[in-house]
Amino acid sequence: MELLYFGDKGWGDELFFATLMTIAVSITAMIIGFIFAALFTPLKLSNNKFLNSIGNAYTTVIRGVPELLVIYLFFFGGSGAIMFVASIFGYNDYIEINAFLTGSFSIGIISGAYSTEVFRGALQSIDKGQFEAAKVLGFNKYIYFFKIILPQMLRLAIPNLSNVWQITLKDTSLISVTGLVEIMRQSYIAAGSTRDPLFFYSFAAVLYLMLTFLSMQLLNRLETKYSKGY
Amino acid sequence: MDIELMISSFPKLLNATLITLKLLSASLILGLFIGLGFAILRMNNNKLINKFAYGYSYIFRGTPLLVQIFIIYFGLGQIEYLRTTFLWVVLKEPYWCAIIAFSLNTGAYTSEILRSAFQTIKPGYLEAGRSLGIPSKIIFKKIQIPIAIKQSLPAYGNEIILMLKGTSLASTVTLMDLTGVAKYIISTTFKPVEVFIVAGGIYLFMTFIIHNVIKYLEKKYGFQT
Repeated sequence: MELLYFGDKGWGDELFFATLMTIAVSITAMIIGFIFAALFTPLKLSNNKFLNSIGNAYTTVIRGVPELLVIYLFFFGGSGAIMFVASIFGYNDYIEINAFLTGSFSIGIISGAYSTEVFRGALQSIDKGQFEAAKVLGFNKYIYFFKIILPQMLRLAIPNLSNVWQITLKDTSLISVTGLVEIMRQSYIAAGSTRDPLFFYSFAAVLYLMLTFLSMQLLNRLETKYSKGY
Repeated sequence: MDIELMISSFPKLLNATLITLKLLSASLILGLFIGLGFAILRMNNNKLINKFAYGYSYIFRGTPLLVQIFIIYFGLGQIEYLRTTFLWVVLKEPYWCAIIAFSLNTGAYTSEILRSAFQTIKPGYLEAGRSLGIPSKIIFKKIQIPIAIKQSLPAYGNEIILMLKGTSLASTVTLMDLTGVAKYIISTTFKPVEVFIVAGGIYLFMTFIIHNVIKYLEKKYGFQT
């Protein structure tokens, strides 16, 4: 237990901050995922064949390729791509992107593909009459989307979104390969310097279990809140 | 776009795909047995056994696969006692550690899939079988198993694809699977996009095949219940 002391002697404080980092990356990735989902869900539902195939390509490729490979693509390719764009504007120095941003972005793209599928399914299972009624009653676009469609969509989407959250939370462990100090990376460092990998990796497993357990409790509450009217 | 690199790296990546497929098939077969075992335990009426099986699947589904591999590969070697037993022959090889971790992980998911499949079988079928005097072993083999296969196929197909992606984590314990070789080529040539296209293409091709095999099986087992 001495290994978990806070301060210089133990790894308690390091692991605590690493846990906060995992939470921060997961939330950022989830939000980036929502942005991607907001962009690609309309494409997947569009009648235009070209737009539709772009939406399908996104979800098929991301869900069919290992997360680790996507992370490597952005880890090794990310700064290259940005430097290429910068060189067009005449900036030729080396640019290193923040590990946090690369990590959240790559996990965000992955979680976005899952969110897109969830939103598509939720939108498709809303009764068609709701769309028609809202249009017939002449609501403006803002009320149409935010007050009528979105609440109904959220009710159907939240149970599946909590699954996406679980996947995203667990996927953040893969960012450790890029050197971002989250739970996995911190355990790796601690295990290396104390030569006690069994303890630290088991402790990491406990931390992840705690995170999944607590977030499930919160999400279940959200679920009951949104299904109040039913 | 460096087409030459894409062509020259293709055979290397294809070779590494063999290891990916070996890992996948070994862990799926072992995982199916583990899953079936725990699904049967989950349906046991004894509360303690039930809780144990639930705890197993909860822990393995609630933690990242990476942690599980690291505990087995780096962690278990630390126990002095294990080093003296025959288990050490298995546990010192990253290949077997990866297979153990993958099997335990997919076993947890499979047990949930099978449990829900067994539980959705209408009791009427079993009662009908029993009242016809069919022995319970044959009821299990000829009634419960085919219906459970039909019910669990879509979810199990997803699990196979998730596991295919999961095998990429073998590269973190020094195994040169498809992702491991892809990473090696990327880090020596610094051409991530080209390698991603080739390696991703191979993964997508495998997902495509799995998807279609499952679709075919779904049709085959698509009898009305």
